[in-house]
Amino acid sequence: MTQKLVVIGNGMAGARTVEEILARHGDFSVTMFGDEPYGNYNRIMLSNLLAGVETEEGIFLNDLAWYRDNGITLNAGVKIERIDAAARIVHDSNGGATPYDKLIIATGSYSWTPPMKNVHNPKRGYHQGVFAFRTLDDTRGMIRYARDHERAVVIGGGLLGLEAARGLQNHVSHVTLLHAMGHLMERQLDPKAGQMLQASVEGKLGINVITNAMTSEILGKDKVTGVKLADGTVIECDVVVIAAGIRPNTEMVANSGLPVERGIVVDDQMRVQGHEDVYSVGECAQHRGSLYGLVAPLWDQAKVLADHITGTSGVAYTGSKLHTKLKVAGIDVASMGLIAPEHDEDEVIVYNEPKKGVYKQLIIRNDVLVGATLVGDNSKAASLIQHFDRGTALPEERSSLIFDIGGAVEESPEDMPDDAQVCNCNGVSKGAICGVVAGGCGTVSGVMDKTRAGKGCGTCKPLVQRIVEWANGGAAEEDPAASWYVPGVPMPKSELMASIRKYRLTSVSSVFAKLAPGGEDAKSKMGLASLLKMMWGADYVDERDARFINDRVHANIQRDGTFSVVPQMKGGVTTPAQLRKIAEVAEKYDVPMVKLTGGQRIDLLGVPKEKLPAMWADLDMPSGYAYAKSFRTVKTCVGSDFCRFGVGDSTALGIALEERYQGLEGPGKMKLAVSGCPRNCAESYVKDLGVVAIDGGRWEIYVGGAAGAHIRKGDLLTTVGSAEEVIRLTGRFLQYYRENANWLERTYAFVPRIGVDRIREIVVDDTDGIAAALDAAVEEAVQSYQDPWKERAEPATPGQFRTSLPLIVLPQVPVRS
Amino acid sequence: MKTTSLVNLGPVTDIPLGEGRTYAVDGDMIAIFRLRDSSLRAVSAICPHKGGPLADGQIDNAVVVCPLHLFAWDLATGCSQSGQPPINVYPVREDDGHILLGD
Repeated sequence: MTQKLVVIGNGMAGARTVEEILARHGDFSVTMFGDEPYGNYNRIMLSNLLAGVETEEGIFLNDLAWYRDNGITLNAGVKIERIDAAARIVHDSNGGATPYDKLIIATGSYSWTPPMKNVHNPKRGYHQGVFAFRTLDDTRGMIRYARDHERAVVIGGGLLGLEAARGLQNHVSHVTLLHAMGHLMERQLDPKAGQMLQASVEGKLGINVITNAMTSEILGKDKVTGVKLADGTVIECDVVVIAAGIRPNTEMVANSGLPVERGIVVDDQMRVQGHEDVYSVGECAQHRGSLYGLVAPLWDQAKVLADHITGTSGVAYTGSKLHTKLKVAGIDVASMGLIAPEHDEDEVIVYNEPKKGVYKQLIIRNDVLVGATLVGDNSKAASLIQHFDRGTALPEERSSLIFDIGGAVEESPEDMPDDAQVCNCNGVSKGAICGVVAGGCGTVSGVMDKTRAGKGCGTCKPLVQRIVEWANGGAAEEDPAASWYVPGVPMPKSELMASIRKYRLTSVSSVFAKLAPGGEDAKSKMGLASLLKMMWGADYVDERDARFINDRVHANIQRDGTFSVVPQMKGGVTTPAQLRKIAEVAEKYDVPMVKLTGGQRIDLLGVPKEKLPAMWADLDMPSGYAYAKSFRTVKTCVGSDFCRFGVGDSTALGIALEERYQGLEGPGKMKLAVSGCPRNCAESYVKDLGVVAIDGGRWEIYVGGAAGAHIRKGDLLTTVGSAEEVIRLTGRFLQYYRENANWLERTYAFVPRIGVDRIREIVVDDTDGIAAALDAAVEEAVQSYQDPWKERAEPATPGQFRTSLPLIVLPQVPVRS
Repeated sequence: MKTTSLVNLGPVTDIPLGEGRTYAVDGDMIAIFRLRDSSLRAVSAICPHKGGPLADGQIDNAVVVCPLHLFAWDLATGCSQSGQPPINVYPVREDDGHILLGD
């Protein structure tokens, strides 16, 4: 049955909560009451309206048509005077009584006026020329009045006061900012940062700032002529704007007998304490002793309230970690958590460059970021906020948290032209990304799906993220899927593996049936197939449709829909007989291109799908794995056999590694190399696992290197005394990677994420006691290896090797003669 | 394809569950998919982006993902989910174990 939902408050919290309820198809007839005679608008944008960079139409979130279209009765400009919770009725200022089944109180805050003489005119409310800065009407009045006046004083040096001062500069020639405390934004910044900000505000913007300024009196009889401070100083002005803080609007609620302390007391479901059907959300609500005046917590609260009221059980709001990242009056400021250390053991890192107005402070406790303050340079704010929110382990090199060491300077989305190409693989511009965000897609992964930006080599992903954040006005919407192993199953890898074991799900379709709310998902199939094969080995039920085309036909699809055939060539070593055979096959099948690969093999390119089985038969060599997310090759140099400098037999070790681990599947490709000496001709330092012979019969093992889309020198895992140890530790590392890496997460991302020290503990020192289990698991995978090219005589599925190519001629891979 | 007559493309078992195969019909190339719920879908065989063979793509009950650059199309409507032009969809059904294309 449709319930009557009444919402008191038509601001950002009230309207947002109603939006969330509508999105959940809640069965309610909704009535909203708002003090202001409008639809609802984005209060945060009032600063922009004042500054003249935004129009009134631009700040409305929902206009009156939205209420009409959604069947919402809006009582704009009608104040609720009393809630009768016992009778479930609200009484309004027009004498109306509205019954409810559910009530949401979202009355927000009002602008607080510090005590001072002469601020109110007994006839008119505020003295003429004195304005608060809270509502659209305040802002309109301020603009209208300031236009004809010269000197403004802003009382309050918090965020709002700074924004007001900056905005007023648009309308008057002189602005003074008075702040009662010792430094600006004292709630978010430490004294040093506050002083840096003040220097920038004065130097760059030309706003006078006076701190420790207690305003005691507004001067002037009919109109404002100045303000007087407690120390007797008089500042002449004709406009005064009060932005000294906000207080929750709770008077009516308290008078109605509902529990109010600093705010309206709510539980984790945003229910008002002791009242089953009354909720409160936003700035007026007090949750676990805290009041929140930012947008992000409000969104979280609105979601929980909407879930709960529409019948989802088990949802809870547990509080928000506060962080802000913004331009204060044109100057970058970011702040999160503590603004000063609290314990002796707290680690404090400070960087200060007064001339440029740059200040950065981090507070770290037990290796977790508990506070950060940035002024003048927000380029690292996004990653710091992530560390702060998630409590992730910090890099040992602390300076990398506040600087881009040796890396390219991060491009600022704001400065990029709209047609700047962001994704160089798929040709996606900044404008295209912003367009998708403007169209309502606020998550990074959503934008990537819609535009395919960042879906090529992936190097532009951080930039895509920054653009999405910027286009969203500061922060990307949180993407719940970010931690999932595959997009269609809402679980991170460890949880997914536990569920797969618990229900003994041995096929991809059974995982979808049991664990995927949306059923089958094409984009999740390949990742699940890889995971299940790794987990179940011989017990895995191989459904061919779960494989990518490369894995269905054991060859790499090329741009014209043909495939490439790469015979195995262990360690890059071949024989005249093998070469002859490859040449004969290439001629017999008119292979348009024969090419040496980067991994020291021979690539026969441009082979039609239907010819693959016959070619494999004629070659009669094992597959070289130039496709699949699996162990690929072991590149080697000549080593001690022939080379003058070689100190170890890299070729023999490379062959041994390739023989043992050939075809091993994983979350990403695994490319290895063995170099016979530190001259590193096989490029072992930039491989997923690279081995380097050093003098004295010893081998260094590097992990997490890359020289593809990303470039990274591998980390030294350990140095061992024999080839056998290299082979054993290689298997153990690869198995640990197989079990713990995210889908498509290459070792260059995996190793830094876990940390090479931690990996060394597990893989080399066996501090976790799982080395034997890793060895056994990789041994089992090695034993179950079968050459996929043997699947040629009897296709695994009907039409496995039938062409899917169209009859029309497509662009062909150029044939070089 | 403008034909209103039915074309029998052979037994449905020619297409493994969850996969697609390409058929030439009246000079057109059409990819037929057999969904895991056993129903059939028919769309143009060629990806409008860079000519990829859609029958080699992976599917679920709603979309096909081109194997070349992983753009996705709705199998029922032919609409792209990733900003590309739409593909054609054709009526197709199973009758007595055979694939019938057309109205």
